[in-house]
Amino acid sequence: MKEGRIIKVSGPLVVALGMDEAKMYNVVRVGEKKLIGEVIELRGDRASIQVYEETGGLGPGEPVFDTGEPLSVELGPGLIQSIYDGIQRPLDMIRKKVGDHITRGIDIPALDRKKKWKFGPSIKEGNKVSPGDIIGTVQETSVVVHKIMVPPGIDGVVEEVKEGEFTIEETIAEIKTDSGIREIKMLQRWPVRRERPCREKLPPCIPLITGQRIIDAFFPVAKGGTACVPGPFGSGKTVILHQFAKWSDAEIVIYVGCGERGNEMTDVLMEFPELDDPRTGEKLIKRTVLIANTSNMPVAAREASIYTGITIAEYFRDMGYSVALMADSTSRWAEALREISGRLEEMPGEEGYPAYLPTRAAQFYERAGRVKCLGGNNREGALSVLGAVSPPGGDLSDPVVQATLKVVQVFWSLEDWLAYERHFPAINWLNSYSLYIDNLREYFRKEAGEDWAEMRREAMAILQKEAELKEIARLVGVDALSVEDRLTLETAKSIREDFLHQNAFHEVDTYTSFAKQYRMLKVIRLFHSQAEEALQRGVDFKELTSLPVREEIARARYITEDKLETFDAVEQKIAAQMKEVKGASVSA
Amino acid sequence: MAKEYLTIREIVGPLVLVEEVSGATYDELVELELPDGEIRRGKVLEVDEDKALVQLFEGSSGVDVFGSRVRFLGKGIELSVSMDLLGRVFDGLGRPIDGGPRILPEKRLDINGTPINPYARDYPSEFIQTGISAIDGLNTLVRGQKLPIFSGAGLPHPQIAAQIARQAKVLGEEEEFAVVFGAMGITFEESDYFISDFRRTGAIDRAALFINLADDPAIERLATPRMAFTAAEYLAFDKGMHVLVILSDMTNYCEALREVSAARKEVPGRRGYPGYLYTDLASMYERAGRIKGRQGSITLMTILTMPEDDKTHPIPDLTGYITEGQIILSRQIHKKGIYPPIDVLPSLSRLKDKGIGEGKTREDHSDVFNQLFAAYARGKEAQELAVILGEAALSETDKLFFTFADRFELEYVQQGEDEDRTIAETLNLGWSLLRMLPAAELKRIRPEFIEKYLKEDAH
Repeated sequence: MKEGRIIKVSGPLVVALGMDEAKMYNVVRVGEKKLIGEVIELRGDRASIQVYEETGGLGPGEPVFDTGEPLSVELGPGLIQSIYDGIQRPLDMIRKKVGDHITRGIDIPALDRKKKWKFGPSIKEGNKVSPGDIIGTVQETSVVVHKIMVPPGIDGVVEEVKEGEFTIEETIAEIKTDSGIREIKMLQRWPVRRERPCREKLPPCIPLITGQRIIDAFFPVAKGGTACVPGPFGSGKTVILHQFAKWSDAEIVIYVGCGERGNEMTDVLMEFPELDDPRTGEKLIKRTVLIANTSNMPVAAREASIYTGITIAEYFRDMGYSVALMADSTSRWAEALREISGRLEEMPGEEGYPAYLPTRAAQFYERAGRVKCLGGNNREGALSVLGAVSPPGGDLSDPVVQATLKVVQVFWSLEDWLAYERHFPAINWLNSYSLYIDNLREYFRKEAGEDWAEMRREAMAILQKEAELKEIARLVGVDALSVEDRLTLETAKSIREDFLHQNAFHEVDTYTSFAKQYRMLKVIRLFHSQAEEALQRGVDFKELTSLPVREEIARARYITEDKLETFDAVEQKIAAQMKEVKGASVSA
Repeated sequence: MAKEYLTIREIVGPLVLVEEVSGATYDELVELELPDGEIRRGKVLEVDEDKALVQLFEGSSGVDVFGSRVRFLGKGIELSVSMDLLGRVFDGLGRPIDGGPRILPEKRLDINGTPINPYARDYPSEFIQTGISAIDGLNTLVRGQKLPIFSGAGLPHPQIAAQIARQAKVLGEEEEFAVVFGAMGITFEESDYFISDFRRTGAIDRAALFINLADDPAIERLATPRMAFTAAEYLAFDKGMHVLVILSDMTNYCEALREVSAARKEVPGRRGYPGYLYTDLASMYERAGRIKGRQGSITLMTILTMPEDDKTHPIPDLTGYITEGQIILSRQIHKKGIYPPIDVLPSLSRLKDKGIGEGKTREDHSDVFNQLFAAYARGKEAQELAVILGEAALSETDKLFFTFADRFELEYVQQGEDEDRTIAETLNLGWSLLRMLPAAELKRIRPEFIEKYLKEDAH
């Protein structure tokens, strides 16, 4: 392979001459230390390279080697429970090899080459197979069955298929194609910047249940959907993404820590092996892949990390799984893009971000979706993408927020004033939205009940009304409002404090099943409608709002999932206590 | 002997362009010798074929194009470390300025350090008692955390930082504790306050100070916090000490970074600060933390003054995205004469949940702080409302919250500069304030704790 020569080093950007054989986005090894880099611009034989490791000590004259391959990830058994850096180097192995700090030029394969996996074939010799067909499975963890698929580009008849224990590099099947015999191994590779193919995209129609009340009930995201969480610092973006990673009913979770705090990744690493998945009863880590390129790790690898994550996610989607990817934070990814763009001396767009930022953001989010997978048996997979955005000063006119909002379907607006009031999750109920409501209506009707859509609409209307009434109350005082309006204020407060507010650190409150959410909202609504009637009968407003049952509505969040029948008692108490106040008012 | 170059072509601000260079590498240390023999230090910002762009730490005044010599030293900037660092005062580039001898190095460390592998990190979970209620009770600090103080010009942040340095301790443990203080562009008075406070309390014996004063070269500040972190890493991870790093004032550091960026004619981000400000700060701040299997820890407290008290200014904003919370000082509270003037509502410690509760502080801590926050927020809201409508328009309950907010500031937040409250005192103080509210309003506290703590009159 021909080698080039470095002529310029400027931070993560290196320029080399003599690179006439290089292709765009090829991976190159830079300098004597063989740092990993990627070609991002070519002018004649002059290549601009973004280097994924620190470039200190690098100088003109050092060699650059072209590997001839684009930046790719390794796919196969062993992905689950791993923790990788932005270019899929296993951080646990790096620690074993070089110690607690990350040094440069480390070359460790992403997947363990020595480990033997028990492979059980699901095809026979003589079967005809095409790309995406499942040829067998490996039980990767107690909850994840890893399906080995025919890689794209291989079409033919099975010549031989093996059974037993193999490493990922051993041949498990041979397929006779038009161009000769092709060996299939469990290890496959895929370039990160290219979307993995599927048969067709389908509209999402099932919600991703997250156990977070404001999300599931008010602003749901669909399996295969996209959502973004912009918010200033301290508004709880990371807690929300962690809650998704923990409780969402996806089968595989890919968590990408992109340019964020090291301690947050440690939190995930310490907590997930301990926490039980409410659906499988197994530990959460057994369905999770972590990608950690923290803010002190090289900036170019940060740019790559979200692609590494989404390619792994697509691979599991292709097996027919419902996959959820969380990226925290896409702003850091965009900043990495900006830094490289600046060093390439490109003409800047808004705030110094490159003009192609919206295109890149769109390309990323469009890789989400519910799809019909390649291969037989009509598998359906879904990849949901949830991205955090960290706008400067919480300002939503930030180019990254705007580029994101153009492509995502769900917007959870985090606000710091809610966080100051310790209302968590600090999602503003007035300006957040979900464009999946219509797609999901049928599902909710079936799962929750006929009245769900109406309940949701009413609750939202009450909150909207509250905002208007508060304006008036600010001017003329609460006492000047009619009792009906004051009841609306009381109910809105109850929706906010007793339903939307959710404590992620409370053992019961942290996760609420959809059934419980329905019951919780229902008792609030029941109280409201009965109180409205009572007011019409002339019941004293003060007496109504000081009914002891309100205390129980407020504590409904602590009712455990196995005792949902407690709600029946609460409902009966509402009715009973309403009758009592009626008596009181009549005698008065 | 390294090659010497007499080929300086351009001097622009702190930047020097040297031509016809061979073998220069990115980020290496450079020595520039003036005709009179004075030595300036710098680092390579960019190499392009035979041209090297060098940033001088001590500024470029007096440097000339024809007479100055440049040497490339083939290594990064290093700090000599040994246990003798403690008790000493250095300038912003790590040279002793207290009249003492040079440090006999146990080893020399590159001041840029290397990133901690996220897999090797240990989660900070040990409660640090600072003795300040507004911090211990509501914005709890834990070992290995990065917690900045967002201050403003004229607010008493040096006093608070010094009080924390003095009082910080982990309950029930006697372990080796050290303070590394990095000063960037602070005044002589402020620096003197720290040094004499450290001397007065004997803290100087377990402290290392790196001081770049307001009249020292601005560019030198870019190295100062890295010096401090390098010293801290050595003390924490090599020597097993618990190190508190205090950096003041990071606003000056960021301004120096902007100066270099502007001199390089880079595309500016917000308010002229370079787009890589976040990465630059993060690569330093993330050096704080704990490492699995090692005894020591680095806890970081940076102080920055918010220009015009504006929290959305890029410096506090980006800092807030890196650190695990923030303590915000309020001018309003300061004007009421309350020390420390901590505005608890926008302040936050993200790691508190791991550091509080049974076995760490007390079982009721989490509920009490949630309730105090909620009640104070409501009280502040009532006070705002009262400004518009008059106090008479408030409901009876709102009036209670109104008074609660005042008492909270005066009794809970306010304390003496030398007052060291234990966590139990802080928690009980919280309960004694909550007692003035109706029990039905204490929605954020579990009934069993209300049962246990609310009714007890005296602790």
